[in-house]
Amino acid sequence: MERVPILKIGDILLVSIQVDMSDQTAVQLQDDLAERIVATGCHGVIIDITALDIVDSFVGRMLSTIASISKVLDAETVVVGMRPAVAITLVELGLSLNGIRTALNVERGMELIAAAHADERELAFEDEPDTETTASS
Amino acid sequence: MALSTEEGNRLAGLLTGHAERVMQRWTEIVAASLRGRLSQGELRRQVQELHSSMITAGEQGAVDLDSEQATELRAVLSELSRGRARQGFSASETAVSVFALKEVLLELMEDEDGPHTLRDYVAFSGLIDQMGLFTFESFVRTRESLIADQAEQLLELSTPVVKLWEGVVAVPLVGTLDSARAQVVMERLLQTLVDTGSPYAIIDITGVPAVDTQVAQHILKTVVAARLMGADCIISGIRPQIAQTIVALGIEFGDIATKASLADALRHVLRLTGVETGRRQRREA
Repeated sequence: MERVPILKIGDILLVSIQVDMSDQTAVQLQDDLAERIVATGCHGVIIDITALDIVDSFVGRMLSTIASISKVLDAETVVVGMRPAVAITLVELGLSLNGIRTALNVERGMELIAAAHADERELAFEDEPDTETTASS
Repeated sequence: MALSTEEGNRLAGLLTGHAERVMQRWTEIVAASLRGRLSQGELRRQVQELHSSMITAGEQGAVDLDSEQATELRAVLSELSRGRARQGFSASETAVSVFALKEVLLELMEDEDGPHTLRDYVAFSGLIDQMGLFTFESFVRTRESLIADQAEQLLELSTPVVKLWEGVVAVPLVGTLDSARAQVVMERLLQTLVDTGSPYAIIDITGVPAVDTQVAQHILKTVVAARLMGADCIISGIRPQIAQTIVALGIEFGDIATKASLADALRHVLRLTGVETGRRQRREA
């Protein structure tokens, strides 16, 4: 059985799907990913589907499931690299991949996750000066 | 209407025997119908080519226009009608160039009174009818291919995707948006988004004369497809009447940003990107 590799880059897990997804591969990927998110404590998951020529309802549902799992484990999921032809087909089919964030390429996806994460850090960062100012005054 | 081999030979003989007179009259009649829109020399050259290829066909025993011996004649005829179609002559003006030969032949054959004259004339004019129809058909084919070419060029010309700013592309739509064009626009826009890595696209509909439910549907599909790929679309250039039509038709643009002008849309996008950088700068300071 084929397995989809999961790569860790800094604070992000990168999943590049380059094989045809079967039921087993999908379940395996969900298991592996959940394990890795918990093990590494990453806050972002990027799923790269540049190599996918066909995205049907099955792959669509798999992406939604992965996004939901990651959400529960406090990681932001971004699907990147969708081809124009794939996007057109999805629209024609009426599948809108609800609840999934998308970006044009891996770079933009990383920016997106960094921005979402920066907001959280910013909150923590802004709390300190506030307490300092109140303490000094 | 087929010509017997003898009749074909007689036609060739007739055309060869009175070559100068035939061409003279033929050119005169055609020139009268074209009213000087084609130079005398050009016309004479065309008539000469037709004349000689008809003689060749007749001598080789061509029985009708579809036969193998008439290949050259067909080539000359289609060349003639292609030329006329491109120069903008009408179909009947083109066909008359061939049918004029009938009149010439009648004048010729009135003089000689043989046993075959009537039958010959009927057979000849049958051939000329065929030639006329052939000319007409190739004329129509040329015109159709011209129109198809122009339609394709129009499709290519009218859907450019332009880069407005770093990370912002725009599609100024001009003209009616039918399914074929919408498809081309959608594909080109999405491809440009991938190629340039732009996260923002502005669809400007200033040049779209009318927006009905179908056009709106096409635009919405494009926006949704762009979103799936991770880019945001803004619709701009909505004219007052179009805004009224959209509301009257009950078209919902949902949470898609719509702006009155392209400038507003660009300002909106820049603010979206600008706010982020602004906040970052403040944090650094």
